[in-house]
Amino acid sequence: MRKYIGKRIAISVMILFCTTLIIYALLRCLPASYVENMAMQLASKPGAKPYEEWLLQLNASYGLDKGIVPGFFTWLAGAVQGNFGDSWKYTVPVLEKFNEVIWLSFAMGAIAFVLELIIAIPLGVIAATKQYSKTDYAISAGALVGISLPTFFFATILKLIFSVKLGWFDLYGLVGRNYAQLDAMGQFLDKANHLVLPIITIVIVSVGSLMRYTRTNMLEVLNADYIRTARAKGLSEKKVIYQHAFRNTLIPLVTIVGGSLPSLFSGALITETLFSIPGIGYTSYQAMIIGDIPFSMFYMTFLAILTLSGNLLSDILYGVVDPRVRIA
Amino acid sequence: MNDKNVDEVTKNTETESYSLNDDRRVKVLSPSALVVKRFFRNRLAVIGMIMLIVMFVFSFIGGIITPYGQDQQFYRYENQMKEYAGVVKNSDFRYMSAEGQKFDSVLQAKFQLAYQKKEASFEYKDVTYDLLEEGTDFYSVSSNGTMLAIAYKDIVNGETVEFTFAEKYAALKAYTASETEFSADGKAYTLDEDHNILLDGQVVGYISRLVVSPVENGVVLSREFKEALEAAIEDNVEEFQYAEGDEEEQTYKLSYDATMENWSVRRGKETYVYDSYAKPSKEHWLGTDSNGMDMLTRLMYGGRVSLIIGFIVVFIEVVIGVVLGGLAGYFGKWVDNLIMRIVDIFYCIPSMPLIIILGAAMDAMKVEPMTRMFYLMLILGFLGWPSIARLVRGQILSLREQEFMTAAEACGIRVSRRIFRHLIPNVIPQLIVSCTMSLGSTIIMEATLSFLGIGVKFPFASWGNIITDVNDAYVMTHYWFVWIPAGICLLIAVLGFNFVGDGLRDAFDPKMKR
Repeated sequence: MRKYIGKRIAISVMILFCTTLIIYALLRCLPASYVENMAMQLASKPGAKPYEEWLLQLNASYGLDKGIVPGFFTWLAGAVQGNFGDSWKYTVPVLEKFNEVIWLSFAMGAIAFVLELIIAIPLGVIAATKQYSKTDYAISAGALVGISLPTFFFATILKLIFSVKLGWFDLYGLVGRNYAQLDAMGQFLDKANHLVLPIITIVIVSVGSLMRYTRTNMLEVLNADYIRTARAKGLSEKKVIYQHAFRNTLIPLVTIVGGSLPSLFSGALITETLFSIPGIGYTSYQAMIIGDIPFSMFYMTFLAILTLSGNLLSDILYGVVDPRVRIA
Repeated sequence: MNDKNVDEVTKNTETESYSLNDDRRVKVLSPSALVVKRFFRNRLAVIGMIMLIVMFVFSFIGGIITPYGQDQQFYRYENQMKEYAGVVKNSDFRYMSAEGQKFDSVLQAKFQLAYQKKEASFEYKDVTYDLLEEGTDFYSVSSNGTMLAIAYKDIVNGETVEFTFAEKYAALKAYTASETEFSADGKAYTLDEDHNILLDGQVVGYISRLVVSPVENGVVLSREFKEALEAAIEDNVEEFQYAEGDEEEQTYKLSYDATMENWSVRRGKETYVYDSYAKPSKEHWLGTDSNGMDMLTRLMYGGRVSLIIGFIVVFIEVVIGVVLGGLAGYFGKWVDNLIMRIVDIFYCIPSMPLIIILGAAMDAMKVEPMTRMFYLMLILGFLGWPSIARLVRGQILSLREQEFMTAAEACGIRVSRRIFRHLIPNVIPQLIVSCTMSLGSTIIMEATLSFLGIGVKFPFASWGNIITDVNDAYVMTHYWFVWIPAGICLLIAVLGFNFVGDGLRDAFDPKMKR
């Protein structure tokens, strides 16, 4: 097992290396309009150096004067030591900005994730046990509607109903207008209030796939021989489903749930942007649209690490929960 | 009727006449017929199919039927009230010196002082000036019996030429005394009730305390208009109608500003504007958008763009995915290893951020909307193939060990034919399911990008960029018809693909049925 994990980690590092190289090359190939704009601005100041000199100086200070491959290794050397450079947009070290915004995204993601589990697993089990009933159709259709809903459209509808018509929540932002005057408890509640709609959006849009996954796996288990045996023994249907079938459904569920744990940190780019919640998604979006290479580079590397560790985690968990896999 | 019955009877007797183990008693269905049967038994799948048909008809046939073009703009006349003229009631004395005399500003100030103190004369530089009240707010100033100047508040305006001193003096005298006739310089004038000065029945000027000036340069206000305006001010009404010459009658609005002591006259001016955000009507069933384009037509063309992009992207994904997945699965060993590592790398690239960055770069480079659309399809396709490659490889790995492949090899069929004619067709069911599902997600992806303004750009419509207008909170709350229909179209199309995909999965995989 240890050897297997070691090998997997080594492969993951190789993949990460290639991925970052590709991303870096792509980013460098794009017109670095941000640097040019900045050089133009600096050059237009009275008594300043000409544009070309500024451009050279800025390129040198951002490490853009080297070729792509040496540039990548310079970046990599810094990144390995935890130095991702300074964000161009936020003018602070990338990691500092990241540390400032990540926890909000994590809190949002975690709450949404717990809610998803609470909603998806029971409904998925119910749908599977009552296959082809009206309940099953309703749950399956509901799950598919959730998957098919475009985030931006659903968020806008929520805004129209709850913010505009009912006036329960603000349209944008994390804090209200009188945030500064509130005490600690009030500030917490104010933030919580602003997170309600984004979290609902995330939950509804992503609950469907987990629900369907639960249903499919539960159906598979219900078709297994040991369930027939359990029924033949004369066990009550309740016992068959919740003690024999559901426990076996947990195997794939635990792996997929474990595998998606790292993605709690990835932030919901679209939702955060729509609600102007200053999490990692919104912050990166702002950085990306102006071509902030250090921040974009960091964000994409971060996402790649999350994907890889998610896969790794789910593979390991699979071995942990299912003894049959461990032997093989 | 009878024949038919007879037919059925013979049929029945025929079936009954078969022996029990006769094959003809069993209705034989081909595997594909079974799939179709299972598919149509699934209610959700049928609903999804209907949704898709409706959306396809709407987008592809609707675009032909609709009388409007994709980027045809509509206009309307809008009545915008614009400042037309300003009216000030003259409250200061105006002065006119007699011919050959001078009445400079010092004397004017002295006169003002004397007037306020209600003195009959004032002195300046040892000269005594006498004031004579000729009428209300009308004075003449003379010294030693010669008239120097007149001071007046009611203004005498000449129609074509300015009046001389004598004419003005006589006119004002008659006006303040409410007489209807006066004569000056040997000519006899008459004053009518509208305070016009007439010479031989011709209007040559008028007297009024109101100063009317047009807001725009080059506009000449006619005497008739001014009369109507004065009448309106006297009657203290806020609105009056007036027709300029042969033109149509127009409405003018008057408003009085107490602090500035003036009236402003606003006139409705017809302006030709885009018919933007028009409410749904007979001509435009879903109203118009911010550019005055017909919403329903935009939705139809937007559907075309969204669906076509979805199909092309999935096509690119399938071509790359099937070729690479097929090679990896068939050859195994280092080929498999290499291709699967490439797949892993592509899996790892965060597609959404990458597309946002590329979109922003295309914005900076000002790429043509059409070229941009092609790039978008290519990027989405190149980032989406790994999942299909994985699926194909997994299937082929299990298929190639089966007996029919050994048979194919034994027959000496060449490798490419074995892969693409014998292995791939067996993957097609899973492939179709996966494609249908990824069509839905591609359409959502494209719509999201277009919504963020980095996907399909104006003038091309897409369901995503139609909804972009809701970024303006006013549009979101007031013009539902701009964004709700587009969102519903998007939802129906994606839901249709997902329902059908789900139904196909169940239909292809009979093991799932109990």
